[in-house]
Amino acid sequence: MGQQNDATNFAMWLFLLTEIMFFGGLFTAYLIYRNWYYPAFVEASHQLQIGWGTANTAVLITSSFTMAMGVWSAEMRRKGTLVLCLVLTFILGLVFLGIKSIEYSEKWEKHHVPGFHYSVQSFVNPASDPEVYKEYHDKPLAMDMASKTEMYFFLYFAMTGMHALHMIIGISILGYMIFRAQAGAYTTGHVTFVENFGLYWHFVDIIWIYLFPLLYLVSRHQ
Amino acid sequence: MSDAATIVSLPDQSTARIPKVNFLSKENGLLSWLLTGDHKRIAILYLISITFFFFIGGALAGLIRLELLTPQSDLVATDTYNKLFSMHGLIMVFFFLVPSVPATIGNFCIPMMVGAKDLALPKINLLSWYLYVAAGIMMIYTMSAGGVDTGWTFTTPLSTHYVNTHVITTGLAVFIAGFSSIFTGLNFIVTIHKMRAPGMTWFRLPLFVWSNYAASILMVLGTPVLAITLVLIVLERTVGIGVFDPAKGGDPLLFQHLFWFYSHPAVYIMILPGMGVISEVVSTFSRKRVFGYTAVAFSSVAIAVFGFFVWAHHMFIMGISNYAVLIFSLLTMLVAVPSAIKIFNWTFTLYKGSITFETPMLYAFGFMGLFTIGGMTGVFLGASGTDIHLTETYFIVAHFHFVMVGGMLMAFLSGVHFWWPKMTGRMYPEKISQLAAVVTFIGFNLTFFPQFILGTLGMPRRYASYPPEFQILNVFSTAGASVLGVGYLLPVLYLTWSLKYGAIAGNNPWQATGLEWQVQSPPLTENFPEIPIVDHEAYDYEWLERQKENEVASVG
Amino acid sequence: MSHISPVIWQFLVKWMTNFALFPPEASKIAPQMDALYFFMVLVSLVGLTIVILLITSFSILYSKKRHPVAVQIEGSTLLEATWTIIPLGLFLVMFVWGALLYFRIYTPPANAMNIYVVGKQWMWKAEHPGGQHEINALHVPTGRPIQLTIISQDVFHSFSIPAFRVKREAIPGRYTSVWFEATTPGTYHLFCTQYCGTDHSHMIGEVVVLTPEGYKKWLEGSTSGASLAQNGERLFASLSCTACHNTRPDARGPSLANVYGSKLTLSNGQQVTADDAYLREAILNPSQHITQGYAPIMPTYQGQISEEGVIDLVEYIKNLDSDYRVQQTTASTTLLPEGEGKTTQTPATQGAVKQ
Repeated sequence: MGQQNDATNFAMWLFLLTEIMFFGGLFTAYLIYRNWYYPAFVEASHQLQIGWGTANTAVLITSSFTMAMGVWSAEMRRKGTLVLCLVLTFILGLVFLGIKSIEYSEKWEKHHVPGFHYSVQSFVNPASDPEVYKEYHDKPLAMDMASKTEMYFFLYFAMTGMHALHMIIGISILGYMIFRAQAGAYTTGHVTFVENFGLYWHFVDIIWIYLFPLLYLVSRHQ
Repeated sequence: MSDAATIVSLPDQSTARIPKVNFLSKENGLLSWLLTGDHKRIAILYLISITFFFFIGGALAGLIRLELLTPQSDLVATDTYNKLFSMHGLIMVFFFLVPSVPATIGNFCIPMMVGAKDLALPKINLLSWYLYVAAGIMMIYTMSAGGVDTGWTFTTPLSTHYVNTHVITTGLAVFIAGFSSIFTGLNFIVTIHKMRAPGMTWFRLPLFVWSNYAASILMVLGTPVLAITLVLIVLERTVGIGVFDPAKGGDPLLFQHLFWFYSHPAVYIMILPGMGVISEVVSTFSRKRVFGYTAVAFSSVAIAVFGFFVWAHHMFIMGISNYAVLIFSLLTMLVAVPSAIKIFNWTFTLYKGSITFETPMLYAFGFMGLFTIGGMTGVFLGASGTDIHLTETYFIVAHFHFVMVGGMLMAFLSGVHFWWPKMTGRMYPEKISQLAAVVTFIGFNLTFFPQFILGTLGMPRRYASYPPEFQILNVFSTAGASVLGVGYLLPVLYLTWSLKYGAIAGNNPWQATGLEWQVQSPPLTENFPEIPIVDHEAYDYEWLERQKENEVASVG
Repeated sequence: MSHISPVIWQFLVKWMTNFALFPPEASKIAPQMDALYFFMVLVSLVGLTIVILLITSFSILYSKKRHPVAVQIEGSTLLEATWTIIPLGLFLVMFVWGALLYFRIYTPPANAMNIYVVGKQWMWKAEHPGGQHEINALHVPTGRPIQLTIISQDVFHSFSIPAFRVKREAIPGRYTSVWFEATTPGTYHLFCTQYCGTDHSHMIGEVVVLTPEGYKKWLEGSTSGASLAQNGERLFASLSCTACHNTRPDARGPSLANVYGSKLTLSNGQQVTADDAYLREAILNPSQHITQGYAPIMPTYQGQISEEGVIDLVEYIKNLDSDYRVQQTTASTTLLPEGEGKTTQTPATQGAVKQ
């Protein structure tokens, strides 16, 4: 039994290693294009609202805390606390996705979704976007550099989208876990599933911790 | 029977029976197979599936060689030819070579070799097979819907903007197959780390386990990069982003880097398990511990590690900087050395051994010769200067067929024949199988050696039609292909025959030393009646002798 | 190379070529490449022979019949060292030799004559500086280093001349180059070797090597009138490049005379050499290639100009060693915006541009 626990734990760490390699391809592309098209990336990044991003970061870190509390509860065999922690994690996960969808719809309205009537208007003429212009006073970009903002947004949607997909999978498994936890499945000594899921959840959190500065904090000083 | 020229030791055929309780007879019915967690049943499921895809890939190869009999594009249209070689490559690489030894022989034998009841994650193992089947079905759908003609390498911008064939479904199929591979590798690593029997230290493991361990590391770390690359291709084709499109600021060379970052380790994923088979076979049929066990074990890991750092040798003429070429060329030379070490170690295993020439050994000899040629021609290509002339020609085609078909496929057949008695409880017919091995060897050389010459002459690869002066070598190659086809068809026939009419094998027809040979054939579902305690090294033939003496003593 | 008797070498090459095992050697680098190739073949043969001999002799000497009891041998560090170090040593020799060859082939000499090659599905277009255009053919003289500057209009292609032992990828979006010096007049194969779609196998042609006199005659016979640089000069004016790149004291762009090959400092502080690739990038992605001291106002010409057009412009700028003609053009016209001053226009002066 202990051997099985040990083995699945090791397996989950290995799986997370594969996930790092998976995201690694996107990070590589991002690093290269940010290096090539820095001015475009700066101005495109200014389009993201740092408030939402920070809120999401706080939400995810808190959810990692509640998840860790959940694992502790399972080990301490405290069913009520476990269910509470899992429910909190679940809700926080949904809050994260909710904020993300607000951000995504904002991008849609401003025609900053690559491939769907993408518009470089905000970058060729930043004054046409008063909210962002007020904060950053960006200089207008030449047409060839402005068109590269589409590359930024593609990577933004690809990376946060892939992350959101992992969140959705995690939240679904959480839903299942809440039912099983309520039935007492994890508070009788068999904590492996909760522990391993906790690892997965923390991993998804860490990916966001990398995404946030890379995507949101590109040259934010006024 | 103790024939001087063979080590085969079978029970008395008049009284021998297949053991009544074994993993095949334990449960009956389709569902017991489709919902099994037994690594042995999953291995058989894989064996059937990959054989199926092998013959599809082989049929495509046959059509390719038939077209190339004449210089003009007369058998099929150029577009069709382009689809033929693309699908041939995709199916052979992703649906045959990558899973071949690990998913069949590895799945079957590794738990027994480490002394465990099953792999660490049996449900994941089954999931892995289902992913493979799902990917396979998508692939068959793609073929029937018109196929894909990008080449197995999906070069951008051709694959993203310039073809209107089924790139997306193919990309998704390969994506799913990739996860099948990742889960198999993950399972092996966890099993080897965590499930070894008491006394089974790392350096007592059979070298087959070491090779598969090294291949599994590559599977687990490399395949995800292919996965994300395919996702990017699909996105670029559907949504139209320019991540690889120069007109939109993207870089087509980025695709090349990402693709080859997986696809180079992929070739080591394909060959390392085969090398593991050769270690087992050469040892058994020389009655000797593999010469330089530690060197061979470390070489496997060295190949895996170095294999991650040579990917750009597929890009020497693509405009990467001369200094990058220098580094990758040097590393390529370094990665060639462990393979050479292994060949010599296997050769010296024969020294002062007691050698017999059953079919697995014949295939192993074939491997050693052909892999040497294939490997050396890899060095031709790794030296950047000669690569300029030889790359993108039939020299490359010949090189990789020598290592993959002359190497890997021969190793696979060697392994299938070697472990057939363990898997089925029956022996295959020796004479016809030896004939098939020889026919395959001859056919192979006739097919692929002329291609080295064609490549040096300059004939480019992926050409549906070619200048007439290349015809005669192409005719030789096609003639060889037909011989090769016969050589591959025979095993399917006689192995199937042997399921009903083959001699009963008993526990250990080869008198081999591995733990899997100390249990009945076919094995019990739980492999061992009780957990073995290991107190001897790998390939300990003296220990085996003592076991036999004890057996005889206790029966008497 | 000089260690092998030229007689034996000639015999080998001729024999192999006539038996079609080997392409003809028609460039200066070809024999050098073949020397390394033969060395590798030799080493492979020796290696293979050793392995086969060992396997065969061991199989015979130690077959079960002759040697019924195996002798367990753990290994031999000496042997391991031997077959690690010797192959490694040989591979490193090949690495160094190959790398020297590689650098030689991909480092064109400064005095090479430049021919531009544009690949597209499914044909090769070659453009000589004098304006001669060829499709699926390449005429070159012997005795002169020739550099090919290659680009693709669509997908990856690869320009391959087996007889010269040179090959280079044609990539969309950037120049690649390779050079050779042809030695033997004749006609040789030209192949596209990177799979590029339906008619990949038809993207083939002929490389015709002529003597210098023959080449000169060919040039005269196939001239289309204007050289590449002349076309470039015309484009330079018609695309309004002279609006900024003139010699006025208040010019908004730097003068381009003698800029080719010079070292520039960009507005972000980066130091670059203005080679072909730089010039192309500066035309298509100017924002990242602004010379220090100038405002980033150059518009991009991406989408407005073909690869051939870019080649014409690059060729023009390469050969521009004085602003005289630009001065003449802009002196007689006013190309300033916002209606400043007179707007009489005189067509740009025609004539031969230095080749």
